[in-house]
Parts: sequence; C-alpha cells; structure tokens
Amino acid sequence: MANDHTHVDSVTGTTTTGHEWDGIRELNTPLPRWWLWLFYLTIIWAVGYWVVYPAWPLISSFTQGAFGWHSRDAVVTDLKELTSLRAPMTEKLAATALPDIKANQDLADFTYAQGRAAFRENCGACHGAGGGGAKGYPNLNDNDWLWGGTIEQIEQTITFGIRSGHAKARESQMPAFGKDNILKSNEIISVANYVRSIAGLSTRTGVDLKAGAKIFADNCAVCHGPEGKGNRELGAPNLTDGIWLFGSDEATIIDVIANARGGVMPAWTGRLDPVTIKALAYYVHSLGGGEK
Amino acid sequence: MTALTQTACRDAECGLFALAEGARVEAVKMKVIAQPPPLDPAAGATSDTLFDEFVEDDTPLYQARRKIYPQRVNGTYRRIKWAVLFVTLGIYYLTPFLRWDRGPNSPGQAVLIDLPNRRFYFFFIEIWPQEIYYLTGLLILAAMTLFLMNALAGRVWCGYLCPQTVWTDLFQTIERWTEGDRREHLLRDRGGWTAERVGRAATKHFLWLIIAWWTGGAWVLYFADAPTLVRDLATLHAPFVAYLWIGILTFTTYALAGWMREQVCLYMCPWPRIQAALTDEYALNVTYRYDRGEPRASVKKSAALLAQGLPAGDCIDCLQCLHVCPTGVDIRDGPDLGCIQCGLCIDACDAVMAKVGRPARLIAYDTDINIKHRQEGTAPIYHFVRLRTALYVVIITMVCGIMTFALATRNAQSISVLHDRNPVFVRLSDGAVRNAYTVRIANKRSERREFTLSISGLAGSLLDVVQTREDGRFVVDVGPDQTREVRALVTDYALAPPPSTSVTFHLYDVVTGERASAGDYFRGTGE
Repeated sequence: MANDHTHVDSVTGTTTTGHEWDGIRELNTPLPRWWLWLFYLTIIWAVGYWVVYPAWPLISSFTQGAFGWHSRDAVVTDLKELTSLRAPMTEKLAATALPDIKANQDLADFTYAQGRAAFRENCGACHGAGGGGAKGYPNLNDNDWLWGGTIEQIEQTITFGIRSGHAKARESQMPAFGKDNILKSNEIISVANYVRSIAGLSTRTGVDLKAGAKIFADNCAVCHGPEGKGNRELGAPNLTDGIWLFGSDEATIIDVIANARGGVMPAWTGRLDPVTIKALAYYVHSLGGGEK
Repeated sequence: MTALTQTACRDAECGLFALAEGARVEAVKMKVIAQPPPLDPAAGATSDTLFDEFVEDDTPLYQARRKIYPQRVNGTYRRIKWAVLFVTLGIYYLTPFLRWDRGPNSPGQAVLIDLPNRRFYFFFIEIWPQEIYYLTGLLILAAMTLFLMNALAGRVWCGYLCPQTVWTDLFQTIERWTEGDRREHLLRDRGGWTAERVGRAATKHFLWLIIAWWTGGAWVLYFADAPTLVRDLATLHAPFVAYLWIGILTFTTYALAGWMREQVCLYMCPWPRIQAALTDEYALNVTYRYDRGEPRASVKKSAALLAQGLPAGDCIDCLQCLHVCPTGVDIRDGPDLGCIQCGLCIDACDAVMAKVGRPARLIAYDTDINIKHRQEGTAPIYHFVRLRTALYVVIITMVCGIMTFALATRNAQSISVLHDRNPVFVRLSDGAVRNAYTVRIANKRSERREFTLSISGLAGSLLDVVQTREDGRFVVDVGPDQTREVRALVTDYALAPPPSTSVTFHLYDVVTGERASAGDYFRGTGE
C-alpha cells in the first residue's frame, strides 16, 4: 500500500490516496483551504454556543449560559406575546354577554377557536378531545343534557362543577336502593325492567312490569318524573330516550339502582379565568346540542 | 522552463506568464475530468515530466485559492453577457415597483409574496397556499428547461443566467474598473500597499457593498409593498426582519460574488456534476477545435514549420483564452468541471485570430463528434432534434398546458370538509344518528360573498350549520379573499344508516350560482 501512495493517475495527473478497491484508486484532490477554515469556524462557534447557552449537564444542574437564556423563559415570553396579541378580542369577549357573541362573526369565530383550544387542554381528559364522552362522562355533542343545555346553564356547570364541593356546585344524590336495603333484589329487577320498557327496550320474560311501575312511582318518580323524563333541576337523567350515560343493558341498570351513581365534575372557577369559561361554554354549546 | 512555456514567452504577455505558470500547474493538478488524449507526443511527454515532479512531493490536503485576474474582453459573447446581465438584474431590481390594480381589498403590487396573509401575487394570478402545486409545476418547468438548455448548448445556465455568474461578472467589472485590468492589477498586487492601491481597493469594496446592499434591499421588497417599505427602511421604521434579510443578502452577495466566485462553481454547486451526467455527444459545448489548433506554435515558428513542410496549427499559444476565463480554466485541455461555458474565451481567441489573420472560431460552440468529422474530412453534423430534446419539449409543453388549463378553469371558491374524529357519530335522544363536520369555505374573490350549503347522497337526512342557526337559511358569508370555518351537522332520520355512506357537500354562491363540492362519509352505528 505504501507504494500506492505515490501512484499518480496518468489521466488526471493527480496523486492517489493510496486506497485501492479492486484496482480502483481514489484521487487525492485537495480540498480548498477556506473549507478548512469554515470547519474550524464551526468548532469555535460550538464552543461559543456552550458559553452562551445552557449546554453541559452537571451532577444536579447544568451550565446556565452567559446570558441566562432558557427555553422555558422563551415559551413564557411567546405566550405573553400571544396573549397581548389576542388582548383586544379577549376584552371584547369579556364585555359581551354570552347570547350576544353570535351576533358578531369575528368575535364568534374567535370565541369558538379559544373554546376549542381550552376544551382540548382542560376537558378532553374526561369528555374526549371532541367532546364525544365516555361511559360515565357525558357526550356533549348530543341533545341530551343532565343539568340543562342553554349556554348560560352550560357556563354555570363549567364554573361551579357538579358535586365538586363548591358552594354553588350542582348537587344531588341518587339513593343506593340495594346497598342501603331500600329495595329488595326482585324489586330492583322489576323496576330495572320497567325502566327498559319505558325506554322502548326489550324486557326479561316473567318480570312483573306492573310491580316495577309501582316501585318506580314510589321511589324514582320524585326525581326522574312520573313518566321517567328526568329533571334537570336535580340532574336526574331522562330514562325514556336513547342516550344512556352508563349503559342500557339490564345488568348496568340494576347496578345503578342498587349502588347509585353520581358523577363528579370539578369547579373551574379559580382554575380558569371567566373569559376562558365563557369561550368553553360557547364552544360546548356550538358542538351541536346547544339549546336556546 | 518547458518547451511549451518557452514558446509562449515570445508572446506579448511573457513577463506575466512566468507569474501565471504556477497557477497553470495548479490548474493541471486540480483537473478531475479526463482530457482528450495528448495530440502531440512531445507535449505529452512534457506533461508526464511535470507530473513526475509531484510524485516526490506530498499533495497537500488543502490548497489555497489561487486568485484569478480575468482580463477584459470584447466580442459577441461578451455583448450577449452584457445584455443578459442588464435584463436579469433589471428584472430583479425593478420588478417590486411594478403596480397592478386588484381592487380595494388586495395589494396593488404586481409581484408580491405576502407571507403574513399567505398569498402570492403574480400580475393577474393569485396563489393560495393550498395551490402550492403550481410551484411544483414551475419547478418541473425550470428543471426541464435547464435540461433542454443543457442538451442543446451545454451550460447555458452557468455561463449566462446563473445569479452567481451575473453578480460575479458585475463585481469583476467593478474590480477591473477600480483596480485595473488583468496586467495592471497583477503588477499592483505584486507591489507593496501604496496609498493608491489602498484607495483603489477601498473604492472597489465600497462599490461591491453598495451593490450587495442593493441586492438585499431589492429582495425584501418582494415581501411587502415596495414603495412603503422603501420609505420605512429609509426612516428606520421597517420591521427588524427586513433589515436582517438585507444584512444577510448583503453579506452573501459580497462574499459569493466578491470573494468566493469560481469556488462556488467548483466546490459548492451541484449543477456542474449534474450537467456532466446529463450532457451527451451532440450537445454543443464551448470547445477548443484541436483539429485546427494543434500543434501549437507562435506565428513565427508556425511559419518556419510550414516552410519546412511540417504541420502547424492555428493556435499561437498566446493564453488569451486562459486570461479572460472567469474560472481560470484552460479550454484547450478539454471539457472541464470548472468551465462555465460563458464563451468569453471564444471572444478572446477571435480577437487574436483576427490580428494574426487567421479564421475566427478556433474556439467555438462545437462537439467532439464534429472535430472528429473534420479530422476525417467529413461534414460536421448537428442534431438539435433528437429523442432527448424532443422529450424535454414535449414535457415542457405538457406541463405548460396543464398549468394554463388549471389556472384558467380554477374556481373562485372552494370547500373542504373534515369529519369529526371524536365522536365519529352521535346518537340523539330520539334515536337519530348525527355526524359533525368542520367545513372550510374559501372565497378567492376580492369582495364579500354569500354561500349556501347543501348535502346529497343520504336520503332522509338533514343538514344543519351551527353558525347559521339564527337565520335558518344556511347562508354563510365569507369576507374578501378569505376563508371561513363552519360546523355542519348532518342528522340521519332514517334511523338505520349503514356503517358508512358517501356524501357530497355542495357549495353555491347565492348571487352568481357558482359551485364547488367536496366528498366525505357519513358514519352510521353499523347496527
């Protein structure tokens, strides 16, 4: 190989590097010197970078950089800038009553976008990114509301929550008819089947629905209404429609009657500012099921 | 000194040639493309002895740039280059100031890249970001035109049109103007730093910086209303980013056209490599007609040789072709990576041939095939129309046609529909199934328009647009040159929708009746 280093390619007159692969030799074409300088420059640049920016991990912290720049601060600055950019519209939203937002198209589009972003960040964990809900967490796209579907009612629910412990929270408690020995097993089975019957679902053969109707009238109608249509004052669901928060099969209904249900939603006042809650109310109302 | 250089020394620039010889040797060492086989056995032997000297020396890993002092030249190709320089730089510097009336809601600049509003204006054409495929078309056109130029006449782009070439040409002209032409500049550089030399260099760099600054200044004018921005820049009210870009482009222009020059072509640009792979035997290239030129000899020596009945070529080895070359290439060594084919050596050689009373175009746009043909005594052939060039023309015509058709028939409105992903469908309290969609309506006119929406493909369904519930007419008004997003709900009352049904959303302009439509799916429960 040493001999090959002094080999000169006869066609180009260039020396070769001494590397040879199956008779193919690599020409030693020198790089321009400015390229070398640029390479050194990048090294100097990298050293400068260590000095200027946080770079080296230490045992319990890291080098802070000469000017105290941190990516976290940069994010905070960016967010502040964004907030100030949105300030005129935010102020307009704060000053506009909920039902009047629609009248101003720009404000409505702004509110919807703000609400959507806030929803995904704060509400999506339980209700789903698009408000599709899950078992025990209401779907906010449908037209069935436990506590009311007008924009003001939605705002109240978001602000104070449901069974959240807040003084103004929406409160109610379904009795645990089985656990607390209010109803016997066979009574629970018959009322469960009665509930399925008023929702238009099939019932178990041999179950006394008339007895179930009487049990319903005595125990359930006070909250769910004589016809089972529910009561939004108490958050008692409508039992006759096609929407079931926990499920409509017999076993689930029996479980609900025996052990009771009472979902909890946190109060968002104090966590979110009133303008964000307003935007959330507008967004949820716009998902499709909003009532006038 | 070799025989080769001795002959050259009898020529006018003998003193300077000794200086340039080192540079030539460097040029030989740099050569990476195969040369034509040595025509003169004596010359070939000379070359070999030259190479043998290097075997003992280690080739350096890095080498300094050798400064090139291109000499002023006049002629046909120089005039073409001047014309191209004025036209291209004129277009670049002045286009932002062209006005084009688009009505009250749109900018009045003929060519404008409006980044904040995501619009590109080109005279009567307005491009939205979603129409970026026009850029694809333009890129295909640019590539094919480049290939076609290459197939017809080699590196036309490199020699005449490339910004690197145009600005370098301008900067070299200023260099000759301030520091003198090749000979004067060389002699001055060999001398000390006199006050005059400092003054001349300072003037050169000042003028370079002015042009570079103007280059950056023109660049930013494409991104904002030019007259307003010029005023803002002058009064220091322009946004920081404008000054930043002017600074960046001032630096790059100054560095690339003033200092880097041929280094950009030799080391940084991929096109020399690409075109080397693209070229073929019929492409015209700036070629030294060695059939006519060799063996080289001075005027006196060739007369002597001819008198003895020995062969003598037309090349008098005056090195004018090398001296005018902006990249320092000796065209007589054959095709070279560094040759941008600007044709200036043709002009230089023609001038010399006229002086010595020999026919012009010893260096010319030609092919190796024709050289061989002439050597064999057959007629030269020119194949401008061949499969490659025809194919390029066909592709260029097709792409132009498709783009023109697409531009001429495109709608002034568009609709795009996005199905909700969570939830995919919603069951309502009465058992009906509903799907929700985000619908974006684009109004590409510069006036406010009203649109209405409808849906087809799903019998027994009802369309509801959340934003238009108040008026119940489903009329969505969209501002001039804007888009608007609305939430559309489609409810199926047939109560038994299949798992998936194709639906089409239709958009109508309430006034003109112009339409657009978009397809999507209605997802059922699948029960």
